[in-house]
Amino acid sequence: MMDILNILLSESFWAASLRIATPLIFGVLGALICERAGVLNLGIEGIFVVGAMCGWMAVWLGAGLWGGVLVAALAGAFFGLLHAILTVPLGLSQHVSGLGITLFATSVSYYTYRTALPNVSSPPRIEPFQPLDLPMLSDLPFLGTVLFQQTALTWLALLLVAVVWYVMNRTALGVALQAVGDNPDSVDAQGLSVYGLRIGAIVVGSALMALGGAFLTMSAFDAFFFGMVNGRGWVCIALVIFASWRPGKALLGALLFGAFDALQVRLQTEIGALVPGQVFLMAPYVLSIIALVVAARSADYPRALLTPWFKGQR
Amino acid sequence: MKDSTVLKLNGLSKRFGPVIANDNVSLTLNKGEVLALLGENGAGKTTLMNMLFGHYLPDSGTIEVADDSGFLHPLPLGHPQVALAAGVGMVHQHFTLAENISALDNITLGSEPLFAVRRNRRAARRRIESIMAQSGLNAPLDLPVGRLSVGERQRIEILKALYRQARVLVLDEPTAVLTPQEADALFENIRMMTNEGLSVIFISHKLREVLAFSDRIAVLRHGRKVGEMATSDADEKSIARLMVGAETPELASSRMAPGAPVLTLSGISVTGRSKRDTLNELNLTVHAHEILGIAGVSGNGQSGLANVISGTTEPEQGLIKVNETNIGAPNPTAMVRAGVGRIPEDRHREGIVGAMSVAENMIIERLDDPDVQSRGLLRREAIQDNAERLAKAYDVRGPGVDAPARLLSGGNIQKLILARVFERSPSLILANQPTRGLDMGAAAEVGRRLLEARARGAGVVLISEDLDEILGLADRIMVIRDGELHEAPSRDREQIGLMMAGEPA
Repeated sequence: MMDILNILLSESFWAASLRIATPLIFGVLGALICERAGVLNLGIEGIFVVGAMCGWMAVWLGAGLWGGVLVAALAGAFFGLLHAILTVPLGLSQHVSGLGITLFATSVSYYTYRTALPNVSSPPRIEPFQPLDLPMLSDLPFLGTVLFQQTALTWLALLLVAVVWYVMNRTALGVALQAVGDNPDSVDAQGLSVYGLRIGAIVVGSALMALGGAFLTMSAFDAFFFGMVNGRGWVCIALVIFASWRPGKALLGALLFGAFDALQVRLQTEIGALVPGQVFLMAPYVLSIIALVVAARSADYPRALLTPWFKGQR
Repeated sequence: MKDSTVLKLNGLSKRFGPVIANDNVSLTLNKGEVLALLGENGAGKTTLMNMLFGHYLPDSGTIEVADDSGFLHPLPLGHPQVALAAGVGMVHQHFTLAENISALDNITLGSEPLFAVRRNRRAARRRIESIMAQSGLNAPLDLPVGRLSVGERQRIEILKALYRQARVLVLDEPTAVLTPQEADALFENIRMMTNEGLSVIFISHKLREVLAFSDRIAVLRHGRKVGEMATSDADEKSIARLMVGAETPELASSRMAPGAPVLTLSGISVTGRSKRDTLNELNLTVHAHEILGIAGVSGNGQSGLANVISGTTEPEQGLIKVNETNIGAPNPTAMVRAGVGRIPEDRHREGIVGAMSVAENMIIERLDDPDVQSRGLLRREAIQDNAERLAKAYDVRGPGVDAPARLLSGGNIQKLILARVFERSPSLILANQPTRGLDMGAAAEVGRRLLEARARGAGVVLISEDLDEILGLADRIMVIRDGELHEAPSRDREQIGLMMAGEPA
């Protein structure tokens, strides 16, 4: 028991939680934007892989780190556009299209990687984002380590939480996005474009998802390898429901998941001899299912989620 | 001022494939005038207004709209955005409101630049408040629309149009969802707005409100304008004749002596998922040779009552007796076997299996009947003969009895259901909103069949939100409100309306 308390009070535990949460923050925000506009994007898992691969490869080919981030975002936006065209004007099943995008995007990423690097045994490394060592702030006790030694991408993720919150709640665009996810006719009757809003939301949301992937290869690790996304996209889909489609709660959910994950790694080293390691690996997922069951009972789904809308059909 | 023209429709025609929806329809609307557009379902009222609002492109004809200073300009057709900008506002029958955002956001949606970093909500609020003061339309601006009443939502729809500076307001069946009192309040507000110079077209098929609240009446039939008159020169009979082409048959509704009870509900309570299917200690008796009308504003327990009578909900407390036999464990099969025939509210979803043929739908409630099957195998020929006979007797028209039932029109689906129910000679008939969405001819047919069943000795529970229908058919009237049933002390429309609204009668 004392061990857990010690872990929970340690700076490194909270720093790790925030680091693990970062890709999830990007992913949840992306999924949230898509779903608020009424479209489920199950392409998220594949878009994570695309973001991870493209960001890393751009840097490996000589682009700057921020150039790599941009390439990742554009690649994610491209797959988002594909999903948007299939599900919005063509009105295909959002589940089927999304899973198709995940399979397609994952395979294309692996294929590109293998084609570019046919004969490597250990993945080539890049120089990733370094922790932002802010002179005064980093020396603060506790907070200094937790907050001020994260990389720039973590800061970007936290900033985006605020930006998405502001856009959703304080701008005309956000109101229109919420409306199009609730009743597309309300937007159409007022002369706004349902297709435009939905396609835009999916493209932007998918770009954010790809940033989550890019964080993995450009900040958390320094190379791309198969299977590295490891279900993070699916976790985000669950976290959106946990967050009731609200950016603030999305941050909380991602941090909670990050904390569970960081805790299991530490518990494994503490009492790993007694319990098989797989139990610990499973723990964050089990706990997120439990959290979901509790939160989802009162979930307020966007009413038009999953329902295609066609112009001129009432 | 009153005689200056604000809107002219010149010879509008629209075909959908072989169907002529509008044939050379011309109309004019004057400033400050209330024009009622009357007609049966399918007469072309909504099509005409959708052309005005740019949802449909007419095949021929032009539209002219007056500008601020009263000069008529041709309206480019087929663009809702252009119609909005020219001052034409439309309030659709099905509200186009997003329920997760506030009334204020719904009203301003689309009128602000999308990509501005800041919104000027204060200015918007001031403008809306001044419009509310001028028109008398009030609604809370900051609550999510999902938490507002139907009446409030409709006022918000109208405010939306006024906020866009509509000079011509089109209301498509505005009172379909309101209590009589709410409807009267709405027309009072319309009066206030027309005094301010607004011109209004309202689509309706309720003669009473058309006569009471319009200045002029235009009647459409089969896509043509068949009559136009000042309301002061019109009376109920002459308009009805114009609408249906011939005098509507007066329903012979003379009372019959009630027989033995066919359905008794005592102390029925159901805790539903929402108010619409919650019942509270409800008691009801229907006798043979009797039509019991259940009036009420939608969502006050009608669904719950219908579910109990059709056996899809098992009440938590209370007794159900059909033909004086207790129904121990109510379920749909037990109720059908006990002699209940049901005409469900949502005929497309609960009345038919759309993918199955018309013939199959006609026997779907009596699959244990030896006429239909023997030793578990369907008797195809008998089913086919049965379907052809019933289709003729009940005038079910469509692509044939082998076609999937979903291909039938709403009126014909209802006739199919009537055929299935009445063929079994049920002792109790549950008719839930049986004429909603039907044209006058089909609605009259439903009424005639119900009266026929009553004459044969059946009891009927008629649940309807159309008070006129209940007054025309029911021998006895009860009002449902908040899951409770109360006997109406008289057939007085005003008094029943007040009971529906929950005020002490």
